[in-house]
Amino acid sequence: MVVLAVDDPPAQAPAEPASPAPAPRAPRAWWQRLRRDRVLVALMIPAVVWLLVFPYGAAFGNVIAFKDYVPFLGVWQSPWFGVDHFTRLFGDDRFWNATANTVTISLLQIVFFFPAALGLALLLHSVAGSTVKRWVQSVVYLPHFLSWVIVVALFTQMLGGAGVLNGWLAEAGMDPVQIIGNAEMFKPLVIVQMIWKECGWGTIIFLAALMSVDEQLYEAAAMDGSGWWRRLWHVTLPSIRPVLMLLLILKLGEILSVGFEQFFLQRDAVGPEAGEVLDTFVFFTGFQGGDLGYAAAAGLFKGLVGAVLIYTANKVAHRLGEQGVYTR
Amino acid sequence: MSHANRPAWMGRPSRLTTAAKGIAITVIVALMVFPMWVVLATSFAPAEEVVANGGFVIWPSDWTSGTYERIFAAGMVPRALLVSLGVTLVGTALSLVLTIGLAYGLSRPAVFGGKPVLLMVLFTFLMPAGMIPLFLVVQGTGLLNTFGALFAPMLLSAFNLIVMRGFFQSVPSELIEAAKIDGAGELRILLRLVLPLSKAVIAVVGLFYAVSYWNNFFNGVIYLDDSSMWPMATLLRSFTSGGLSVADATGEAGSQIAPVSVQMAVVVLATVPILVVYPFVQRFFVKGVLTGAVKA
Repeated sequence: MVVLAVDDPPAQAPAEPASPAPAPRAPRAWWQRLRRDRVLVALMIPAVVWLLVFPYGAAFGNVIAFKDYVPFLGVWQSPWFGVDHFTRLFGDDRFWNATANTVTISLLQIVFFFPAALGLALLLHSVAGSTVKRWVQSVVYLPHFLSWVIVVALFTQMLGGAGVLNGWLAEAGMDPVQIIGNAEMFKPLVIVQMIWKECGWGTIIFLAALMSVDEQLYEAAAMDGSGWWRRLWHVTLPSIRPVLMLLLILKLGEILSVGFEQFFLQRDAVGPEAGEVLDTFVFFTGFQGGDLGYAAAAGLFKGLVGAVLIYTANKVAHRLGEQGVYTR
Repeated sequence: MSHANRPAWMGRPSRLTTAAKGIAITVIVALMVFPMWVVLATSFAPAEEVVANGGFVIWPSDWTSGTYERIFAAGMVPRALLVSLGVTLVGTALSLVLTIGLAYGLSRPAVFGGKPVLLMVLFTFLMPAGMIPLFLVVQGTGLLNTFGALFAPMLLSAFNLIVMRGFFQSVPSELIEAAKIDGAGELRILLRLVLPLSKAVIAVVGLFYAVSYWNNFFNGVIYLDDSSMWPMATLLRSFTSGGLSVADATGEAGSQIAPVSVQMAVVVLATVPILVVYPFVQRFFVKGVLTGAVKA
């Protein structure tokens, strides 16, 4: 979860203070500033070059979405194709199916992931012994650092046809359940995997918010005779609501991105109707279907809509920030 | 559990509450650890026992490293481990150099070019590079089918950059001004003053980069045709997920997928390096380096 609260902190603002003392004169012309900052600029150049070549080079590479790409001719020599890829895209059922899957899975993630992470954070926060807490935190953060390849392998070993669960069921004389490779179970499965992998890591930001709740509010509530449940409902949740809202808004902004790797690894086991999301659609039409221009058009469309959504989400989040709910 | 730090207003929790919490935490930890344990146990069990038991072992009758010996004798996995190790080390080092350089420049007020460069970085958040055009760039730069393709396209993460810049900004500017008055140049200030103060954030960002290189299987899939160049994660993917549907549909290992005990040993080998590094960096998360920077 990337939190895009990256606007300059206000302390940054007075870069060149209008100091009354005629102290070191701030250079005005650009070449004077370049001369002054030459070491800093030299430090920044490698990263800027990388930015220009990779993400920005790729941004220009999107012209392929408007071309009839012929590998032999290359991107520049291939003939222009207008918006034909896009007209075809909007009439493509596979594309709309992938879009529907993506949005459904995103919404399911919001509905199930957030309460799980918040619940775990509340549980951790309420544990008094700090040694126990630290140990549990170490364990629940760990899956975040495992590759999706490993996580998928773990789930197959536990829930697959030859996995632990079905082994136990067979021992108990019950019928096996098909969870892995079953299109109907695919969406619950990916949500559970997501929660298993990221729920612990997701508690970090909630724990920080819980830590900053004003102790006096709890004290006052307890004096008024409110128990644990009422304190949770009337003090804790209202205090961290701004953080909840912020995360929710940012996640809504990323509704078209559910993560590529998890789906790439498991799509073939259930087929594209259940398992295709937008990112895998781009991959499979582009690299397996060999239709690079068409796939790039799908990717560009997703990217543009996603950019608008993320931008809007950040504007809204920023608006909340200005009300003083998410400032340091 | 010590209750010394409980504030006065909070009543002593009932035994029932404490027990319920204890059970909840135990269950959660078990759900996290048990799958990893099963994989570990299966990889150390004799291959025949794994097959006889239907594909997994929870407590092997006999702990044996036979599977690992077979894997290391075959040569494919050790080579992949070396590739992963090299890519992770080289990639992380380059990433840190690039990230520190740019983050430090952007952390200084009114630096030349600061505004447009920061906008450039933020724009990559809005619209990450598409898969197809990025492939064309890798092709165009001649990186296709070289080890460079495994790290060059992912050298800089905007998120890590922002985390690091936030940390640098929190270094008091008085310190930097004082060093300047003492005649220290910018490079000296960075190396001798700012970086020593930033060990925690460098450790965390370094771990993020290292993990992202170690875990990445997709670059190997699309940029490398030759499977002998594959890193560990790509190899693991072809061992497990490749034949997944077949194995599950029939309930028996098809000829094109590796035996379960080999698969599990490969999973263990791909996981162990992360488990080794994790404890050293993990304490910084608990200390809250990250939350401070993320909230900034």
